[in-house]
Amino acid sequence: MVSVDQYLWLSLALFTIGVIGVLTRRNVIIILMSIELILNAVNINLVAFSHMFGTVDGQVFAIFVITDAAAEAAVGLGIILAFFRNRETLLADEMDMLKW
Amino acid sequence: MGHLFTPSIMRLVLPVLYAVVIVAVLPLMAGYIVLMERKVMADMQARLGPMRVGPHGLLQPIADAVKLLLKEDIIPEKADRLMFWLAPLVSVTMALLAYAALPIGPTFQIADLNIGLLFILAVSSLGIYGIVLGGWASNSHYSLLGALRSAAQLVSYETAAGLGLISALLLAGSLSMRDIVMAQYDQGMWFIFYVPIGFFIYMVGSIAETNRAPFDLPEAESELVAGYMTEYSGFRWSLYFLAEYANMIIVAGIATTLFLGGWLRPFASYHDHMPGTSIELLDALPALLVLGVALYCFFLAPKQPVKIQKLVMALVGGLCLAVSGVLAGSLFASPAVLQGVHGAFWFMAKVFGYLYFFLWFRFTFPRYRFDQLMRLGWRFLIPLALVNLITMAIALLISREWGWSLRLTSILAIAVTLAVAMWLAKNDEVDSVVTAAESE
Amino acid sequence: MVLNAILFYFFSVLAVVSAILMVTRRNVVHGAVYLITTLLATAGVFLLLQAEFLFIVQVILYVGGIMVLFIFVIMLVNLDVSLLQYQFNRQRFVAGVLALALGAQIFLAIKTGQKSLFPPSRVPEVLPKNTEAVADALFGRFMLPFEIASILLLVAMIGAVVMAKRRA
Repeated sequence: MVSVDQYLWLSLALFTIGVIGVLTRRNVIIILMSIELILNAVNINLVAFSHMFGTVDGQVFAIFVITDAAAEAAVGLGIILAFFRNRETLLADEMDMLKW
Repeated sequence: MGHLFTPSIMRLVLPVLYAVVIVAVLPLMAGYIVLMERKVMADMQARLGPMRVGPHGLLQPIADAVKLLLKEDIIPEKADRLMFWLAPLVSVTMALLAYAALPIGPTFQIADLNIGLLFILAVSSLGIYGIVLGGWASNSHYSLLGALRSAAQLVSYETAAGLGLISALLLAGSLSMRDIVMAQYDQGMWFIFYVPIGFFIYMVGSIAETNRAPFDLPEAESELVAGYMTEYSGFRWSLYFLAEYANMIIVAGIATTLFLGGWLRPFASYHDHMPGTSIELLDALPALLVLGVALYCFFLAPKQPVKIQKLVMALVGGLCLAVSGVLAGSLFASPAVLQGVHGAFWFMAKVFGYLYFFLWFRFTFPRYRFDQLMRLGWRFLIPLALVNLITMAIALLISREWGWSLRLTSILAIAVTLAVAMWLAKNDEVDSVVTAAESE
Repeated sequence: MVLNAILFYFFSVLAVVSAILMVTRRNVVHGAVYLITTLLATAGVFLLLQAEFLFIVQVILYVGGIMVLFIFVIMLVNLDVSLLQYQFNRQRFVAGVLALALGAQIFLAIKTGQKSLFPPSRVPEVLPKNTEAVADALFGRFMLPFEIASILLLVAMIGAVVMAKRRA
């Protein structure tokens, strides 16, 4: 029988890996993907608690999180594309000058 | 021995058996659909098609399969080996996985999921990765462009097709494929008569989703060589090929389940019996139809020029007689057997009818250019699908609240949607002419 | 119950291993494929928690939509030279320590609250239909967030189109 806290440990593991990915990688697209990973970890957490209480509130909130992630990924990738066209780089370290 | 087949064991064994049957029969069926396509294409172009291999070309798929299996397996030098190996695998796996929720008969279904329809849609949208990763892994410009175009087309038309499906889902009230067919049985009418425009939208969307003509720009020979399949040869190519035809059968299966009544016979709610027996009158239809085909074969047999062809025609006639016998014989067997055999017959008949439309459209319409394709998807089909959904929902609501007959309200809804469709088409025409004039 | 545990361990190991692989790949396309595997494993976890509608929404939207978008952009901005650069930035050690500290905080939070977690009250013989329940909640209590989410998507769509347009 899988208890709720095992789902919470899984969520914690994915969350930590996501945070490491966001803070240590240079490639902007990998940073975005790590953010998606963080959002997924939160979703697992929400759904685990929803299962524990027997309601669907957590699942509905998770649907909103997924919607939000879609919107954010779309805009973020649009920004990356626009930036790439200007500066020809995808590395966060090199995106440091606003204008020269 | 009887206690071996306990219900709990049968519940585990039966789905596995169905799955094995489907996976075993499918490649053969895909091969023969290719042969059927070549024969129908030839017939529409006033020629004969493959005639050499086997009598009337009936062994052509076997020859093709043997050739593909024995071809040299070439991997481009700078190709990403992992992705190159993975991509056709993903395509084929997703295409075959969708069969898990398809109801071929009242009991011939591997898994009756609560969310069966969404499961098939989800698995179809996962099949896009086979195309995109294949195009990327080939490390070739043509492949990449073809793959990206194909994926963009698939994503656009997937939305439109899904919206078309929802208009029929409103009438069904459930996502389980079995419940959808039973809803058509309960309401006594196939859903295509309530939402024909939804059927049309789904048909166009499904043709574009399977990369068939007239939407086959990504894989047309005169355009991008062979699109994402350019660098694949031999067995890997045949996997993509199998995935494409399996996808065709899946979309035909979805259309059949949602719009054409699934495994129900026409007029499924009329239970008039033959006098004196408990056999329903309309249940004799399949046997009579196949008997008619058999008699036609026997009629044509003496007219063939060559002796071997006379023999083959007679054999085909005999085969049809045997099938007709099975269909007639099952009338006297238990209801489960009757439902199973006849259900499978009607389902396959409707699927092949839908596929015939696929083949017909391939050889009738010229190919769409990519920008025309995207315009059609986003600026015509999606607004039309949304309007269709809204009108159908209003029609359903009116028929439930005010008690009008659903047939009447759905006819009103169809009229409104058609008016909007005319307006959209006219608007688009003006727009595209204006854009063409502007760009000159 | 045993099947539940086996499936949970399978999906969780798959998710964590794929996540680690994603964060460490040099090739961005490989990273995207590993994220896809992670997302599919997460969808499996949702199914184990009897959230079947969320499972299918995750597969259709996240894996079939968002990741396709990612892969498109990765292929459009393909840089071969990226394979020869450093992949981790200069502050990786401090960042790693900070991330682990954050993880430790959450670990402590879960540990202290662990006693008040309870197993789900008796699972009924016939599960209530999940899709219907989610639909009731979404169009009932959560109607306002639903509408706001649709406006959010509209704004994001317009924003993405504007960002990606070439300046004429």
